[in-house]
Amino acid sequence: MTQTLVQKSPHPVPVEREHRRERLAALAQRHGALAVLTLAVLVSSVVFPSFPTAENANGIAIQSSFLAIIALGMTFVIITGGIDLSVGSVFALGGVLAAYASQWGPAPALLLPLAVCGAIGLLQGVLIAYTGMAPFIVTLAGLLGARGLLLAITEEGANTYLVPKDSAFLELGQGTLLGVGYPVYLAVLLFGLGGLLLQRTRYGQAVFAVGGSPDAAALMGLPVARIRVLTYLLSGMLAGFAGVLNASRLSSGVTILGVGLELDAIAAVVIGGTLLIGGAGTVSGTLCGVLLLGVIQNVINQIGSLNSSYQSVVSGGFLIVVVVVQTYLSRRRHLR
Amino acid sequence: MNQPVLDVRGVSKRFPGVLALDDVSLTVAPGEVHALVGENGAGKSTLIKILTGVYRPDAGDVHYRGEPVAFGRPLDAQAAGISTIYQEVNLVPLMSVARNLFLGREPRGRFGLIDLARMNREAAEVLAGYGIDVDVRLPLRSLGLGAQQMVALARAVAIDARVVIMDEPTSSLEPREVDTLFRVVRELSGRGIAIVYVSHRLDELYQLCDRVTVLRDGRRVHTGELAGLDRLGLISLMLGRDAAEVRRDGLTGFSAHDAGDVEPILRVRDLSRAHQLHGISFDVRPGEVTGLGGLLGSGRSETAKAVVGALGADGEVTMAGQRLTRRSPAAAIRAGMAMLPEDRKAEGIVPGLSVRENIVLAAMPTLSRFGVVSRAKQDRIVETFMKRLRIKAASPEQKVSELSGGNQQKVLLARWLCLHPRLLLLDEPTRGIDVGAKAEVQALIDELAADGLAVVLISSDLEELVEGADRIVVLRAGAVVGELAGDDVTEDNIMTALAQEPAHD
Ligand SMILES: Nc1ncnc2c1ncn2[C@@H]1O[C@H](COP(=O)(O)OP(=O)(O)OP(=O)(O)O)[C@@H](O)[C@H]1O
Ligand SMILES: [Mg+2]
Repeated sequence: MTQTLVQKSPHPVPVEREHRRERLAALAQRHGALAVLTLAVLVSSVVFPSFPTAENANGIAIQSSFLAIIALGMTFVIITGGIDLSVGSVFALGGVLAAYASQWGPAPALLLPLAVCGAIGLLQGVLIAYTGMAPFIVTLAGLLGARGLLLAITEEGANTYLVPKDSAFLELGQGTLLGVGYPVYLAVLLFGLGGLLLQRTRYGQAVFAVGGSPDAAALMGLPVARIRVLTYLLSGMLAGFAGVLNASRLSSGVTILGVGLELDAIAAVVIGGTLLIGGAGTVSGTLCGVLLLGVIQNVINQIGSLNSSYQSVVSGGFLIVVVVVQTYLSRRRHLR
Repeated sequence: MNQPVLDVRGVSKRFPGVLALDDVSLTVAPGEVHALVGENGAGKSTLIKILTGVYRPDAGDVHYRGEPVAFGRPLDAQAAGISTIYQEVNLVPLMSVARNLFLGREPRGRFGLIDLARMNREAAEVLAGYGIDVDVRLPLRSLGLGAQQMVALARAVAIDARVVIMDEPTSSLEPREVDTLFRVVRELSGRGIAIVYVSHRLDELYQLCDRVTVLRDGRRVHTGELAGLDRLGLISLMLGRDAAEVRRDGLTGFSAHDAGDVEPILRVRDLSRAHQLHGISFDVRPGEVTGLGGLLGSGRSETAKAVVGALGADGEVTMAGQRLTRRSPAAAIRAGMAMLPEDRKAEGIVPGLSVRENIVLAAMPTLSRFGVVSRAKQDRIVETFMKRLRIKAASPEQKVSELSGGNQQKVLLARWLCLHPRLLLLDEPTRGIDVGAKAEVQALIDELAADGLAVVLISSDLEELVEGADRIVVLRAGAVVGELAGDDVTEDNIMTALAQEPAHD
């Protein structure tokens, strides 16, 4: 008969050690981007005297704020195990709609793009969550669709809508407080809220669960489909909002913007330590990833003699290093 | 009997190619512990999934607290007070232990934000009650399978439930954890909560359950008091053979071998890994079953993994006279080793592939000639094993994810057996496998050993270990504390060896 062993095994020391390593790996995952960012800033400051100036830092911050807002939504999407390729197009569409609607005042300039871009996100979310179509395909269609819509309302890009010179809407993207542009504050604010949303709300926990193990999430009684829909809605609205800010900053809706921006956003998210397979990630990491891309671009501009396409080469290199390290860390943890 | 809390009437469910449930009824009263038993693929998990809204029945209905219900999703069943521990641990490995425990009902503080401090504190308290003492902020996957199962249990029970359903809750638990589970079950039943308990371990049923329902091939063949039914009777109901026949065949399929002074085929010397393994040495002879005995955390699985190179470790592993230098699972397979891992969900089954593909996966290289895999050969092998292990599937082309839990295990076992290894390492080979097939698996292990295969057997089931192994290496805290052979292989001797202090530290 199966006998019952009541004896306790001595408290295993290895567990402690394992846990420390687990924590270390998590730490590297979470703060790796921050470490690299710090290093990059230090090195650039030493090598380029024009780098560590307030003006330059401000420039990087403003430049990065739009990508940051897009990447924030992308972080949520990727943590659920999905991908949103439409954000570049949606960003451009948001900008053009904002510029177009600004003739009626600041409120429409803000609300129209948010509504349209939100609707695109919602539609994508519904298709992904309820029909089981792959996010890659659905959002690729979204990318093409939003771009098409954009071309239609600008008559193939022939029309560029300008924001009226006296519109209060311009304040949103061009205003400054203590010498720092509003978009920077807004991005920081959104990241703060995003962090709370992800870490401290039931929705955020469900995002992790859906990405980490969709079957388990469903069996644990989470509304998996609704979580997915909400997440794509969020991503669409954030990309649209970034477009609004950009239109306000440029005083016009520029049709050709945002091509390939989705890839920058994905790169920033992954560099920030979010797992591309879903289930783990942080918004602070994403912020570091965005800033790192910003610093790289800035440094390459500083060098001047280098063609700016080198930015992609360097960013690409970083991406590969990060992914390799991620894989290594999670494999090690797996083999325990 | 008082008013049943759960009343299932004439439920049927058809999957493509199989009638998983055929007019099944089940009633459970408050405070009752109701055993649900049957062979692998009998329909137990399917019935449970119908109760909890994962599947919709094709016919029949479910009454809960006197009202007909049709749960659309697990969420609805949970909200109504039916809580479930599913057969496979269904938690999110990357999320922290506390977050898993509270997922969907996190304590909230100001502004509706989750109160992390309170959540972690309460999680630690709750788990301490289950004998789990861990840092609840760590990811769930850093816990052992047993501890994970306890978290799932704690989660299921914490939800204010009237019915708790447990689908093979003990399959990955250590004896000590089983005790805890039993305590929890009795406590729940004392509070008037109804429990549906699925298990292939008959002892457990007799210790815990009041009544039993037996399913066979999707049909209910018996419901009644458990006390009035002896083991043999229960088994013959499950298998559909009569008691005399079952008795003749015996309950375990093992017999003894005598390898005598044969040269060992595997020599392990001084296997060490920081804080896990301390200088483990043992030999394995062909034609013999060598058991690894020990408790949770004693390093049994780690030893097996280290031998096949799935876990880095120092020390020497010599296979058939060849010292393995660069150790990796691939090198181990080339050297003639095959290992059935403990955590099959994470380390084995490829859910999207068919039964056939899953079985021949590892044997591909040996079955192919110039890269072309002979389909006829495949079919022959697959047929043999499906018959031998009684794998219940609509056809070899059925997706393995659609098989019942126990049948998935058999598929994995078949995968390693058809490699024709010279050394087979089996980590919990009969976990989750029904009594009939268990004896079959044991007989197969036995037969393979008789044919000269060397087998390393790890099992938490002491009875299985004692009857199956010709020699037992007893581990404790990552070190060998004793070796038993021949007539010395008894449960008592293992216990004595376990009680000794390890020589190191
Ligand atoms: N999703 C599915 N698609 C097709 N067939 C399925 C599916 N789920 C279960 N089945 C089939 O239904 C039958 C009953 O399976 P079920 O999982 O209920 O068995 P079980 O009694 O729980 O067995 P075990 O003891 O092995 O867990 C099996 O033949 C199985 O192959
Ligand atoms: Mg089952």
